[in-house]
Formats: sequence, structure tokens, C-alpha cells
Amino acid sequence: MRSMRIAFAAVAAVTLVTAGCGGDSGGGAAKGGAAGAAGFRPPNIPAMQSLGKGEGQVNLVAWAGYAEDGSNDKTVDWVHPFEKQTGCKVNTKIAGTSDEMVSLMKTGQYDAVSASGDASLRLIAGGTVAPVNTSLVPNYADIFAGLKMKPWNSVDGKAYGIPHGRGANLLMWRTDKVKPAPDSWGAVFDPNSPYKGKVTAYDSPIYIADAALYLMSTQPALGIKDPYALDQKQFDAAVNLLRQQKTIIGEYWSDYTKEVQAFKSGDSVLGTTWQVIANLAQGEKAPVQATLPKEGATGWSDTWMVAAKAQHPNCAYMWMNWIVSPKVNAQVAEWFGEAPANSKACQETSDKKFCDVYHAADEPYWKDIHYWNTPITQCLDGRTNVTCVDYSKWTQAWTSIKG
Amino acid sequence: MISVSLSTPGGPVRRLAGLLHRRPGLRLSALLAAPLLWLVVAYLGALAALLLSAFWTTNVFTGDVVKQFSTQNFHDLLTGDVYRRIALRSVGVAALVTVVDAVIAFPMAFCMAKLASPRAQRWLVIAILTPLWAGYLVKAYAWRVILSGDGLVHWALAPLGMAGPGYGLAAVVMTLAYLWLPYMILPIYAGLERLPNSLLDAAADLGAGAFRTFRTVIWPIAFPAVVAGSIFTFSLSLGDFISVKIVGGKSQLIGNVVYDNVGAANNLPFAAAVATVPVAVMVVYLVAVRRTGALENL
Repeated sequence: MRSMRIAFAAVAAVTLVTAGCGGDSGGGAAKGGAAGAAGFRPPNIPAMQSLGKGEGQVNLVAWAGYAEDGSNDKTVDWVHPFEKQTGCKVNTKIAGTSDEMVSLMKTGQYDAVSASGDASLRLIAGGTVAPVNTSLVPNYADIFAGLKMKPWNSVDGKAYGIPHGRGANLLMWRTDKVKPAPDSWGAVFDPNSPYKGKVTAYDSPIYIADAALYLMSTQPALGIKDPYALDQKQFDAAVNLLRQQKTIIGEYWSDYTKEVQAFKSGDSVLGTTWQVIANLAQGEKAPVQATLPKEGATGWSDTWMVAAKAQHPNCAYMWMNWIVSPKVNAQVAEWFGEAPANSKACQETSDKKFCDVYHAADEPYWKDIHYWNTPITQCLDGRTNVTCVDYSKWTQAWTSIKG
Repeated sequence: MISVSLSTPGGPVRRLAGLLHRRPGLRLSALLAAPLLWLVVAYLGALAALLLSAFWTTNVFTGDVVKQFSTQNFHDLLTGDVYRRIALRSVGVAALVTVVDAVIAFPMAFCMAKLASPRAQRWLVIAILTPLWAGYLVKAYAWRVILSGDGLVHWALAPLGMAGPGYGLAAVVMTLAYLWLPYMILPIYAGLERLPNSLLDAAADLGAGAFRTFRTVIWPIAFPAVVAGSIFTFSLSLGDFISVKIVGGKSQLIGNVVYDNVGAANNLPFAAAVATVPVAVMVVYLVAVRRTGALENL
């Protein structure tokens, strides 16, 4: 028994030492924390001036499906041709969420990232990414004007990335179960919905913006101009709407295969979706249809950005030019199921109707789309007399909405 | 020659051997140094780091961890209604899974240990263990299909005028009970195997009925084994977050809160604070079952 006690004492002592060391290393690492939190002043980082020779490799952080090297489908490969042409070996790290992308980029081991709008601002404000000199990316000229110099990829007239592609969060329904066909988000927010228990919603704090978007048109008195710039009163209204919505929700989805299966089996008959999910479900003979409701919708627009401390900046620029070149951009868009960013990509798709289905050139369609953005305390819609609710509060609210 | 080399210390190896022989304490520490180091640094060290980071916060915008001592996370955790509700729900689900598993596992284990032939016993153990080799996700998704609106459960219940439970907490309990069942059966089986048949014969000779034999002979002996199994099922259920995602419909458990704070919110300190809840619950549970002798049955 005595030896037991000695062993415990030894364990305790070592634990204390370990804990002490952990605390020590901590002090030094908390640097540059407040950048951007007070206002939005990105650190002054110069953009690259001229393109040099490739460094032999490039490290990417990307969404699944954005840097295919033929390992998933051997006909889907735009990495090897790039390596052959430029001599830059591509090392890809797939990230599952925008937040994961931010964390990975902070490690400083990566050269470029395919950031969505809810990650890009954080990367800019934290000084993780550098402005992009678009004149070094020849294919930038062919990018749709509706995607250039937007709030999520530029600050103060300075470009921070190359647009990759975009998509909208749509309303999908089972045509055999839901009649008449819905044309409004009201269908998923109606507390007396006849489809109670079979309604689905996207499982992420960013979905609060969908409720805000609906309130924009149904409760104009709230004065919501931008679903990502909500003051406390507007935010509470959106959260209340979602709490009320929870009573008719069957399940929340974040995994797209799960939603395809739910709509196919009829466990979900109505809810938010992406175009690619609607196509997959129709491909599996599920009688579904997706539409852009009359209130407009939230969406996503991805941007390739270069790390401020990139070790292979030349290869990163070459990659950015490659991924938005007409042929490759068409390949990515078709594989992932989104609208390409390059206007010339529409002639390169294997399905000639692809750009029509995804509304690639349909600018009026995109006018009603509010792309994912990072909510910050400084209101994104330009109001200065109130402070807005930031993303960490959105996350906490999302937990409490789900209960 | 030999006696000389023994009496006078020879090479360094000899001297070391002699030293170790004279000092059993040193011998033991040398033997345990490597595993103890692993236990302390990798295992307890990770726990300590978890506890420590629970007292940090993150910068709301850039997501950087701010390494300053603060009890804010625990304050949020203890005052937030929603976290209390989620914690209680998680403990409830874990307890229910444990009860369901115990009720299913006991008769199975009893048949295996007492009624099956030794040859059949071996095959039954293999049959119980086989599902553990199948992937967790495959099994969870299988349950998603089984419980779906056009799935097996619904199809079987429809003629009786009943509907399946659909996706929700009931589905989570069913799925978890299925997933962890082997962890309950095996300890009970091992415990019942140690129960001498002669005791059952004696109970029968003395006129005890089946129920009385169970209550006064089998249960007291098997109880520590059941508790041992419950430690597995309870702790595995308490930490699970994937089944809820797949069959839980709109519900969430404590594991989801941890996952969301790591994955979606990038708030590691708060996730660490939340993660201390199941640790605390398990410590309380283990201390409570210590006296039953279950820990000797693991």
C-alpha cells in the first residue's frame, strides 16, 4: 500500500511539471490576437510584384474535390497536368469546414487556400493571407464581373484572392409529397406546416443567416440589410424564428450524402439544399425539385488566397491561374457541382447545359444570393451606430437553438 | 575462480546486476519507468493539458487562443440552461443504453455460459465479437437505413398499425445499444462462467424456484460483472457524437457540443471545458461502483 502511495506522489509530481511546461510555452504564442477585432484594418502586407520561377512544390488547403489528382476517379485529374506543365508538385490538405481552413492556414505550412466567404475575412484580418496581384494571374481577366472585388475577397479596393466558383443554398422538396410547389422560404418556417417532422435545415451556425434573410422580406420593420450583419435585436428575432422552426424540423444535415438518402427515403420532404445534392437525388430517382425562393437565398463563393508567409508563392500563383483557366475551372465546377468563375469555362464543360443549370452567367440570379460571410462586431452593412453580433455568439446561439 | 569473481564486483553489468539485486525498489522503478512515463506524459499529460486549456479563451474574430487564466468557460457552462439540459440528456441516454444492454445481454450471457456446449460456447463468443470488426460508420448508417421511413422497422410495424420511432433520441438509444452490446455480454459471460454449476444444483435441491435462484444466487455473484459491463457501455455512450449525427434527427448530445466547438467555432478552450463534464461524470460513476467489486471484473 505504501508503495502505491509513493507511485501516486510520483505521478502527481510529474503531472505538475508537465502542466507547468504547458503553461510556459503558452505565454509566447498569444500574439497579434486583437487584429481586426476592434475594427477592420488588415495588416499591411505587400502583394507579390513579379512572378518568378516555380519552387518545385506547393502546399494547398482545399475543399474536397477542388484539387483532384485522379485518385477518386481516374478521369478526374487536373493536378498531374499542372505538375507536368509547371514542375510544381502539389501537396493537398483537405479541410472539412471553414474553421478548419483558418486553423490550418494559421500553422504557416501552406501556400494557398480555397476559402469560402465565412473564412476569408478572418484570414485577411489575422494577417494570414496576403493581397493578390491579379495582373500576375492572366485568367483573372475572364472571371465574371459579379465575382470580382467583393466584400469577401477584397478590402479597401485591394484584391485578396482569385474567385473559384459559387453556389446557392436552394429550397428542395419532394414533388410527390409537397403540394403545391413552394416558392418561398416561408415553407420551412411555418409553425403549422403540414410537413411537420419532415423538414430539414443545414446544421451550422451560418444557417442563422437564412432565417435573417427570410425576416428581411417578411419583417421589414427589423431593418435587416445584410443577413450577416445583425445587431442584437435582429439577431434575437432570427434566433427566435429558428427556435420556432425546430418544432417542425425532422433533422439537421451537414453531410450531403445524408440529405440525399433522407430525401430519397422520404424522411425529409422539404428543406435547404445545394444544387449538387438535388442533382444526386434526382440521379437516384428521387422525385425532388429545387428552386431559388422569391426571397432570394444565402450561398457561397470560394476564393483562392495566398498565404502571407508562403514558402512557394510562385507555384501558388501558378496554381491560382491554373485552377481558374477555362478548361480546369469547368472540370472543377462539374465535379463539385457549382457555377464556374471563369466565363470561358462554359464552353469547356462536358455537359453543354451545365452553365445554364448552375446559372453561371445569370447575373440577375446571383443578385438575390447573399454569400456566406463572417459576422463580426463591426457591422458589415456599414452601420456604425450599433455593434453587430459576432460569429462566436452565432455558434453559441446555434447550440441553444438545437437545445 | 568463480567464487572470486562473485565476491569482488566484476564488469559494469555485474555491478548493475548486484545493485539491482540489493535494491528491489530500484529494480521496480527501472522496470516501470517506460510505461509510467507513457502513462504520465502521454495519457495524464493530455488530460492535464485539456484541463489547463479549459481556463483559456479565444479571440472572437481571429480565433487565436488567448492564454490568460479565466473561469469564463466554466461560468458559461454552469449558468447556461442549454448545457445543463444537454448534459442531463447525455447522461440519460447513456444510462438507458446501459439498461437496455444489460437486459439483452444477461440472458444471452447466461445461455452462453450455462446452457451451451463448450464447442458452441466458442462459436458464440466468436459470433458476439464479429460485429466489432465491422466499421462503426457502416453499422450506424445501417441503422439509419433500418429506421428510415421506408426502412425495415417501419415495414415490420406498418401491418400492426404502428409507426417506427423515426430519427431522434429513441433511434440513438437503439443504435448505441446495438453498437456496445458485445462490451456488456463479454464481462457478464466471464462472470457467469466462474459461477459453479453446483451452486445452481444446490439451490434447486433446497427447493428454490427459478426466480429465487436468480435473485439469491446468480444475481449477487453476477452483479459486479454487470457493473463492469456498464462501465464500458456508459462511458462509450457518454462520449459518442457520431450516432447522434446520423440517426439523432434534430437532437444533440454533449459530444456534439464539444465537436461543434472544435470544428465549427474553433473554440478549443470552451470545448475543453465541456469535455471535462463527461470526465467528471465518469469519475463519480467509477468511485460509486468501486465498492461493488466491479473494477476487479473488468
